Amino acid sequence: MSLGTTPSQTVGPYLSIGLTWDDGPFAAPEGTPGGIWVRGRLTDGNGDVVPDGLIETWQADPEGRFDHPDDPRGAAAPSVAGFRGFGRSATDANGEWGVYTLKPGRVPDVEGALQAPHIDVSVFARGMLQRVVTRIYFADEEAANAADSVLASVPAESRDTLLAVPTDDGYRFDIRLQGDGETVFFAL
Amino acid sequence: MTSVENPVGTAAEAVSSKLVLPRYLRDTDVHPHLDYTGYKSTALRHPKQPLIALPHAFTEITGPLLGEGRLGELDNDLTKQHDGEPQGQRIIVYGRVLDSDGRPVPQTLLEIWQANAAGRYQHVVDNWPAPLDPNFTGLGRTLTDHEGKYRFTTIKPGAYPWKNHHNAWRPAHIHFSLFGRAFTQRLVTQMYFPDDPLFPYDPIFNSVPDEKARKRMISRFDLASTQPDWALAFEFDIVLRGSEATPFETEEDDE
Repeated sequence: MSLGTTPSQTVGPYLSIGLTWDDGPFAAPEGTPGGIWVRGRLTDGNGDVVPDGLIETWQADPEGRFDHPDDPRGAAAPSVAGFRGFGRSATDANGEWGVYTLKPGRVPDVEGALQAPHIDVSVFARGMLQRVVTRIYFADEEAANAADSVLASVPAESRDTLLAVPTDDGYRFDIRLQGDGETVFFAL
Repeated sequence: MTSVENPVGTAAEAVSSKLVLPRYLRDTDVHPHLDYTGYKSTALRHPKQPLIALPHAFTEITGPLLGEGRLGELDNDLTKQHDGEPQGQRIIVYGRVLDSDGRPVPQTLLEIWQANAAGRYQHVVDNWPAPLDPNFTGLGRTLTDHEGKYRFTTIKPGAYPWKNHHNAWRPAHIHFSLFGRAFTQRLVTQMYFPDDPLFPYDPIFNSVPDEKARKRMISRFDLASTQPDWALAFEFDIVLRGSEATPFETEEDDE
């Protein structure tokens, strides 16, 4: 360790200039069989919507693999053609965001035990001097969730804030930055 | 012989040597607190519950490796994206992306956005009385090369007022977004210019608690890199979290 890292600063109110892509929400190509929309609303400590935020998602493919050389199992080409694993969606005037993706497979934790399917999430916004990080788990994966070491480290009474609930075309995952029902955030 | 359990029956891919998982150094002390009273908008946008430590496992040590496909031809020259030249001081902004062990971070996506020379953003929410520039959008993208180097041509942004407190002005800055090679390395920051007289009054700049860390957000004027009769130059190196490799213990190792 020799160099000091560069500090984080807020994305500010004009993040959409720099951080939005036309295909941003598509972690998987539109129309992929098994594709799901994960949607939610971003709200602040008053319960007001955050219309100038950005949600980014990162996840394994449906086989639990990453197309990345640092995966100690080796990089694996996506099991579904065109799968990017990364999604980004600015929030709209109603604080709503959405990412189109595939449900991730299970991947090991640091002890080698399987984690429940999950998506890592970064939240950026004006008024946030650095991102906050959370995880999307899936409410209909009860057995896998019960065995997940990260979920187990979260106080039982707030674990529900990490569970996306099934909808007609995927899942819903609201993010509350502060206050009643505050989402669990992680130190990375 | 060790293998990682895999839910889809790819046991044939069992790995013969000990698996190695990078562990990224935690640099919490460098970054601003999410709750910073000088910056009023933080009040309702910071979590009040303690953060839970997240171990660095597969999802955290990997990240999107976004390549040339994200770039347009003129994305690294913000002065050439329209029919005419933008107003203002033409500058070159260049530097390296490194990790805290001094290793270059190659082939990583940088995204920048900024105000124009008058301090106005090309954005519907920005309507203070400074002129827009029809020849300036203020969006740039590039990839670092194999040595972690990057380079943009742009114009020097102006300072601008904001409503945080009476007579509040942001020092001139360029927003930088970086992915690095892992989810742990994701960083959004701002690059400032040397000797800005607004530094003492800006809560966002001063939200970084350590003075040395604050100075790492300030670019360096570099006469040697200016282009005579064309553009001034500012050097800005960005340092992301480094990692150490640690053996990855599978359940079978414990037997």
